[in-house]
Amino acid sequence: MVGGGGAGGGLLENANPLIYERSGERPVTAGEEDEQVPDSIDAREIFDLIRSINDPEHPLTLEELNVVEQVRVQVSDPESTVAVAFTPTIPHCSMATLIGLSIKVKLLRSLPQRFKMDVHITPGTHASEHAVNKQLADKERVAAALENTHLLEVVNQCLSARS
Amino acid sequence: MAAAAALEAVAPTGALWGLVQDFVMGQQEGPADQVAADVKSGSYTVLQVVEALGSSLENPEPRTRARGIQLLSQVLLQCHSLLLEKEVVHLILFYENRLKDHHLVIPSVLQGLRALSLCVSLPPGLAVSVLKAIFQEVHVQSLPQVDRHTVYSIITNFMRTREEELKGLGADFTFGFIQVMDGEKDPRNLLVAFHIVHDLISRDYSLGPFVEELFEVTSCYFPIDFTPPPNDPHGIQREDLILSLRAVLASTPRFAEFLLPLLIEKVDSEILSAKLDSLQTLNACCSVYGQKELKDFLPSLWASVRREVFQTASERVEAEGLAALHSLTACLSRSVLRADAEDLLDSFLSNILQDCRHHLCEPDMKLVWPSAKLLQAAAGASARACDHITSNVLPLLLEQFHKHSQSNQRRTILEMILGFLKLQQKWSCEDKDERPLSGFKDQLCSLVFMALTDPNTQLQLVGIRTLTVLGAQPGLLSSGDLELAVGHLYRLSFLEEESQSCRVAALEASGTLATLYPLAFSSHLVPKLAEELCLGESDLARGDGPTKHSQHLCCLQALSAVSTHPSLVKETLPLLLQHLCQMNKGNMAAGPNEVIAVCQSLQQVAEKCQLDPESCWYFHQTAIPCLLALAVQASMPGKEHSVLRKVLLEDEVLAAMVSVIGTATTHLSPDLAAQSVARIVPLFLDGNISFLPENSFPCRFQPFQVEIPQLNQLMRELLELSCCDSCPFSSTAAAKCFAGLLNKHPAGQQLDEFLQLAVDKVEAGLGSGPCRTQAFTLLLWVTKALLLRYHPLSSCLTDRLMGLLSDPELGPAAADGFSLLMSDCTDVLTRAGHAEVRIMFRQRFFTDNVPALVQGFHAAPQDVKPNYLKGLSHVLNRLPKPVLLPELPTLLSLLLEALSCPDSVVQLSTLSCLQPLLLEAPQVMSLHIDTLVTKFLNLSSSPSMAVRIAALQCMHALTRLPTPVLLPYKPQVIRALAKPLDDKKRLVRKEAVSARGEWFLLGSPGS
Repeated sequence: MVGGGGAGGGLLENANPLIYERSGERPVTAGEEDEQVPDSIDAREIFDLIRSINDPEHPLTLEELNVVEQVRVQVSDPESTVAVAFTPTIPHCSMATLIGLSIKVKLLRSLPQRFKMDVHITPGTHASEHAVNKQLADKERVAAALENTHLLEVVNQCLSARS
Repeated sequence: MAAAAALEAVAPTGALWGLVQDFVMGQQEGPADQVAADVKSGSYTVLQVVEALGSSLENPEPRTRARGIQLLSQVLLQCHSLLLEKEVVHLILFYENRLKDHHLVIPSVLQGLRALSLCVSLPPGLAVSVLKAIFQEVHVQSLPQVDRHTVYSIITNFMRTREEELKGLGADFTFGFIQVMDGEKDPRNLLVAFHIVHDLISRDYSLGPFVEELFEVTSCYFPIDFTPPPNDPHGIQREDLILSLRAVLASTPRFAEFLLPLLIEKVDSEILSAKLDSLQTLNACCSVYGQKELKDFLPSLWASVRREVFQTASERVEAEGLAALHSLTACLSRSVLRADAEDLLDSFLSNILQDCRHHLCEPDMKLVWPSAKLLQAAAGASARACDHITSNVLPLLLEQFHKHSQSNQRRTILEMILGFLKLQQKWSCEDKDERPLSGFKDQLCSLVFMALTDPNTQLQLVGIRTLTVLGAQPGLLSSGDLELAVGHLYRLSFLEEESQSCRVAALEASGTLATLYPLAFSSHLVPKLAEELCLGESDLARGDGPTKHSQHLCCLQALSAVSTHPSLVKETLPLLLQHLCQMNKGNMAAGPNEVIAVCQSLQQVAEKCQLDPESCWYFHQTAIPCLLALAVQASMPGKEHSVLRKVLLEDEVLAAMVSVIGTATTHLSPDLAAQSVARIVPLFLDGNISFLPENSFPCRFQPFQVEIPQLNQLMRELLELSCCDSCPFSSTAAAKCFAGLLNKHPAGQQLDEFLQLAVDKVEAGLGSGPCRTQAFTLLLWVTKALLLRYHPLSSCLTDRLMGLLSDPELGPAAADGFSLLMSDCTDVLTRAGHAEVRIMFRQRFFTDNVPALVQGFHAAPQDVKPNYLKGLSHVLNRLPKPVLLPELPTLLSLLLEALSCPDSVVQLSTLSCLQPLLLEAPQVMSLHIDTLVTKFLNLSSSPSMAVRIAALQCMHALTRLPTPVLLPYKPQVIRALAKPLDDKKRLVRKEAVSARGEWFLLGSPGS
């Protein structure tokens, strides 16, 4: 599913990317500590799930590379929908599908089953935007990709906690 | 040797002969100890042993010779202190000679030499001769590990006792040792060898021409790559080796020319630990190196550090890189220069500036943070470095601030400026005439004020912090600046609900700055607040809406926040008290919350006063009579019926007032406290006893050794009151008060009398009747008072309490009582209130009572078992985790059972005990995997949010168990953990996400 890419080997496509500050931990509010008050799933919560995913190519997180941003997360808890748009660092990034897949897998593992999730490229930021979006939306292809040991390995590395 | 034996022709006794035969020919081990014991007890001499060995020492069969020498060596190891000088000389000659013998014999010979190296009576010259013989005859690295270790021990022993003699050998000794350790592989031996090298260097042995060889023979292990085998019985950690090797490498500037290139190379390594080790070693070197050693390597070192900080993925590498840069700069700043030498600090800093400053100016702001961190690391090293960098960077950053228009970017720049200003603080006291910041003062102030008025909260926050730092620079801000600053802080103190963090920060900043500029605050802030408070009074009277209410609260908080200077306290305290009295006049619709808010502000003022004795006394004298008067007045029957009268008598309000009095009293000196008590106790005793519910408070704040008038009567009254069933609030207060006094009362007849009275009272009350609860409360507080001071009676009382766990009525309360026993109170029985509190009372309570609790649990009928578990939970919860960990495995079966207990307190405490255990002792826990998984999953749907969180944290910790144990459960767990992902509480979902994520990774490729 990921054409040609993979984690290792070769020159980096974008050797010196822009680095952005990491946002801090979300402060805990009094409402969150109150047993009775339900906290709905909001954009920041989704963003917290995906911001610490490691980039497959750089030793940096998607947040630090500005690949994911809180403003590009749309979520509706009552309707059980999530939409995440991500922005590849360069328009020809061959890692785009892999990044999308990592985000997708992270959400699959972390969100209640009732959610319908849509992971796509921020419009106009990638050369083969349409093709990548189509692959990410295809459930069967995503499932098949996760059967591939090599791909699963790379995805798991992206999802592992940093030292 | 044989000749020496012949000199004293004493026939070996038959017994000795037999023992020797058994050992040498019979291959039994026991006789060696027997012979040694006999020599020690004086039955035979060492000489007789040698004689008895006689032929076996010269036997043509090497195994027999080895066995003979082994016996002699073992005896010597135990008896070396008995040897005479003459004997030592002969033995050494014998052993040196044997070094040439068959290789089977060598281990025993080395053992013997080790014994002799411990001899005090070793004549001069022999140490050197032994070492020479070893260096010459033994090829150490072809020996087994144990024997190599023996050689190192011999060397260590001689170095400890014969330093001067060994130094006489000159560089030959160093060379000999280099050959001994060359090729060593065993970590145990390496630790000793590194230690020897460290001593060689630090004790100034001659290294001669062998500096580079010595470096090579040690540096070849750098960076250490060692993973201790599982179940390693020797307990050597990788860290031990790293530190001891680092101590060697960084011990002398003479290694610099070899070490620095090595470090530069290894920093570039792919392996994270190698990078870290190299940077840390560089850091260590800087404390012994000088300019001379670093000179040639500075450009490369800077390039390496810069690369690591700019490109790293790991925060640890970044931190170590910055630390190394800091040390390098500090080293250059410290070096004493020869008159003609160039100051490398300037050129080094210029290099750093050159490589970093352009990143600060890039419009896209990439790499600004790493650059700023590098510059700050260097600037933090010395005053000179700080000035050099700040004077270059500040103008640049000020300019950048104005170039960028977005609040986020401005915040980043201001944060960097703040970092540099903070560093300035570190040095400002040292140079007096020059203030590097004064030139930028106006620009900095206008920039800060701009930030304070920005709509972006984050930028405001940084602005407030910067203002605090600027204010802390002595003499920097003018009175005009201060007036403006105070104006801003006033505005920020009334921010709306959504900018809480800003408001809190502004209050904190006001407090800090008020200590430095009390005048500015008393003339520009306090009058405004006073006005606001008056407005608030009339608003409250009209009963205006919630906005006014929160305004009022902000005002009270602002008043207490600035009470950080004695002169300000004298203005704010009267305002607050006056406000309270106004409320009492009854022309305001003040509810309990308003009164409590005032009390909380008063308490904050009291806390701030505690550090300054004068303010403390002022507060005490002014506030306490006022509060007591209000309370007493309110409780008088038949006075006018204001609403507030009732409000003041509510438990919460009284508790808030009491808390103010308590805080105002804890730090008083004994003589002042005595004055105060002398006025207050009569108020209680000479009035009508039954009419004041709060009359029992005064005695809670009687510090240690304060003479209390009419103590006897007071104690009896308290005891009476504590078991009277009219008002639970007052009886509890009386019990606490009684306990407080009991704790401080000196041991003796009077104390015993009081105790007897109390015990009688308790027993009478517990028997039956309406006062069982009160009697129980009294028992609890008396137990606590005695427990804290290790009074012998405390164990009796604890047993009584434990007995109550199976009481159908009081059982649950008794279980919760254990929490009180183990916790720190805030009002009575505190150290601050001079109570007698022994430091280890919790540990002691644990050791004394936990076995009984466990036993009680097993013996108890089913329906009261939870009480025991709960009691135990409280005890375990309050104990420091390191103390608890070793004890936990013995409690494990109980803890597993406790997981099924329906009480959420028990569940929570059990989970919090099990969680560290899962991390520390995964092997033991693996045996119970089935129970653990089932119970944890059950608890993850508990009605209590704290239990759900703890259960999920345990699910996460489970992943530390060996993967093969976990894999069979993986599908089941992943399915089960899908449910808490949809928990209604965010904090629970967060734990579920991280636990489930880890379970997904188990046994999966790439994890």
